[in-house]
Amino acid sequence: MAPLLVFGYGNPSRGDDALGPALIQRLADLQAEGSPAERSLLQGVELLTDFQLQPEHALDLVGREVVFLVDADASLDAPYRLEPILPAQTPSYTTHEMSPGALLWVYGHIGLGQPPPSYLLRIRGFHFALGDPLSTSARHNLDLAVAFLESLVTSESRRCAHGRHASFYCASRWSPYWSAIWR
Amino acid sequence: MHRHPEVARLESAPEPAGLRRVAIDPLTRVEGHGKVTLLQDNHNRIQQARLHIVEFRGFEKFIQGRPYWELPVMVQRLCGICPVSHHLAAAKATDQLVGADQLTPTAEKVRRLMHLGQTLQSHALHFFHLSSPDLLFGFDDAVAHRNIIGVIQDHPEIAKQGVLLRKYGQEVIRVTSGKRIHGTGAIPGGVNKALTVAERDYLLADVEQMIAWGETAVQLMKRVFLSNPDYHYRFGAVDANTLSLVGPDGAFELYHGGLRARDPDGGEIFDHQDYRQYDELLREEIKPWSYMKFPFIASLGPEAGWYRVGPLARVNNCERFDTPLAEQEREDFRAAGEGRPLQAALATHWARLIELLHCAEAIKELLHDPDLLGDDLMVVGDRRPKGIGVVEAPRGTLFHHYEIDEDGLVRKANLIVSTTNNNQAMNASIRQVAAHYLDGRELTEPLLNHIEVAIRAYDPCLSCATHAMGQMPLELELVDAAGRCLDRLYKGPDGRVERIAEGTDSPVA
Repeated sequence: MAPLLVFGYGNPSRGDDALGPALIQRLADLQAEGSPAERSLLQGVELLTDFQLQPEHALDLVGREVVFLVDADASLDAPYRLEPILPAQTPSYTTHEMSPGALLWVYGHIGLGQPPPSYLLRIRGFHFALGDPLSTSARHNLDLAVAFLESLVTSESRRCAHGRHASFYCASRWSPYWSAIWR
Repeated sequence: MHRHPEVARLESAPEPAGLRRVAIDPLTRVEGHGKVTLLQDNHNRIQQARLHIVEFRGFEKFIQGRPYWELPVMVQRLCGICPVSHHLAAAKATDQLVGADQLTPTAEKVRRLMHLGQTLQSHALHFFHLSSPDLLFGFDDAVAHRNIIGVIQDHPEIAKQGVLLRKYGQEVIRVTSGKRIHGTGAIPGGVNKALTVAERDYLLADVEQMIAWGETAVQLMKRVFLSNPDYHYRFGAVDANTLSLVGPDGAFELYHGGLRARDPDGGEIFDHQDYRQYDELLREEIKPWSYMKFPFIASLGPEAGWYRVGPLARVNNCERFDTPLAEQEREDFRAAGEGRPLQAALATHWARLIELLHCAEAIKELLHDPDLLGDDLMVVGDRRPKGIGVVEAPRGTLFHHYEIDEDGLVRKANLIVSTTNNNQAMNASIRQVAAHYLDGRELTEPLLNHIEVAIRAYDPCLSCATHAMGQMPLELELVDAAGRCLDRLYKGPDGRVERIAEGTDSPVA
C-alpha cells in the first residue's frame, strides 16, 4: 500500500474536465520515464484516475498517510489551489456526482475510522465540450499545478527517505486540526 | 392507450405559439444544470411541464470520422456513470461490422459477466446513494438529512452494504475488462481476455454475501413501498408503454434479445423484434424547446407512442427471471399491480433492486461456468458497412448505430441513450407531480422536493461524464400564458434553495 495517493478525476474527452486525469498522466510519465531520482521519490505514490467521485472510492483511501484529490474547477480565481478537504454533507438529486467532502464523510461512517489527511488540488478549467482537447489556458495551469504538486510530493518523499516523518504525512502536525473538524 | 386525462391535457399547450420558448444558457450545456419549466394558463392550471436536458448534443460529431475499432473504448467517455454499457453496445455494433454473427461462448459469457457487474454496481449506487434517503426518511424530511449522509448516520449497516455492493460490481468490471476504467475487454468480434482461475475464485469468494445483501435490499424496498401504498402507487404514476429487450422465451434479459413493447395494460404492441430494425419500429420527434429528441413507437404515432425504458419497464415486460430469488420477488412485484403492470414512478426503485438481486445471482451462476476460463476469444467474418448494437443499460435500452466507409471510418452514428428513450415518460411523471402539488402561482420548496423525487426515479443523465466542481444545480421556473416568468427557485449544489429575481440569473436572498 503506497502511503500517498494522488487521485485525479474528470473525463479525458470533455475539454478541460481532463485536467485531473492529465495531471495523473504527467506523474505516471515521471514514475516511468523520469530521472532515477524522480522515479525513486515517486515510488511511494499511487496514482488513480476515474470519471468522478463515487462512494466506493472511500475504500481507496484506506491505509494512506495522505491523499491528494485533483479536479478541474470552472470557478477558481487562480491557476490552481490546494485546500484541505473537510467532511461535508452535500445532497444531490442524481447519482452523477459526489463531492470530496462527502467522500471523507462516507469514509468515517462506514466503519473505516478516521480518514487520512486529504487535500483537494483544484485547477482552473475553461471549456468542457465533448471531444475538445485541453484549452491553451488550462494546459498552462496544468503545467503550474504539476510543478507545484511534484515539488510538494518529492520534498515530502525525500524527508521520508531520510528517516524523518514527512510534514504532510505527519500526524502530530495535522491531527489537532483534523480532530477539530472531525465530528 | 389509457393515459390519465389530466396528464394527456398537460402534454401540450392548446396555443403553444403564445408561450415563451425557454432559452437555455450555453453554460448549462456543460455544467449539467437541471431545469424544469412549468407553464400555467390564466386559471392557474398547468398547461405544460418540461424537464430540460441538454447534454446529448455532440455525441454523433464526437464519433464521426473515427475508425470503427476504436469505438468500444472511445464511447466509454460519453458517460462516466455507465461507461460499460456504451462499451458493450458499441462492441455489439462492431461485431456486425467485422462480420462476427456468433461470438464464442467464452467471449459472450465474459461480456455478460461484465454487464452484470456494471448493472449491479450502478443499481447499488442509485438505490443506496440516491433513492434510499427519500424512501427511508420521507420526502418532507429536511434536505440536510435526506441524503446518503443521513442514511449512513441512521442506518450505517445499509450504507456500508451499498458501498461494498458497488465495489464488488466494480471489481467484476475490472476483472473482465482489464482495468477499473477505460477497459478494453470487449473488442470487435469478441473479447481480449478471459478469466483466470484466480480471478474467478476471487469473485466467487464474496458473491454469496452480495446475494444476501441484494435480498435484504429488496425486502427493505418492498416493505417501504407497501407500507404506504396509496401514496407510493399514486406518486408520479403515469400510464406508459414499455420497451425492453427480452430473451427468446420472454425471460428477463440485459445483454441480448429481441425488442418487446407493451401497452400500459400489458397488451402486446410488438414482440421479439430484431433490434437491427429499430429504425422501422421507432421514430424520433424533434421539439423546438428541447435539444433532446423524443422517441416514439412508429405504429402508434408521436402522441400515443412514447414509452418508458429501464427497470420498471423491464420487470413489467418480462415473463420471468431465470434466477430463483429474483423470480420470487418478481412474482410479488407483479401481484402488487393487481392485474395490471405497476406504473408508479417509485416502483422503479423496487424493480431496480429486484434486478440487482438477479445480477448477483446470475454472476454466481456464470462464475461456475467453465467457459469463462476458455481461450477461444474471437471470431471474424466479412466486413459490413453497418452495425447496430443494443443492450439494456442500467437506466434502460441503449442503441448504438454505426455506418462506416471503405476505410473503416465512421461516416454516420446514431445513439439513443436511456435518458432519451425516457424523455417523454420523465416529463409525464413531472407533470403529474406538478399538477398535484402546485398550488396557486408560487413555487415552493416542497414542490421542488417532490419534482426532484420524480426525477430521481429515472436518474437521467443531466451531466453526462463531466464533473468540474461546483455543478448540478436544479432550477424550477413558473411561466404564465403570456410568457412572463412568475417565479423561479434555484437549488444549488449545496442543497440551499433560493428564490431568483425575475430577469436575473442569480439567486437573491
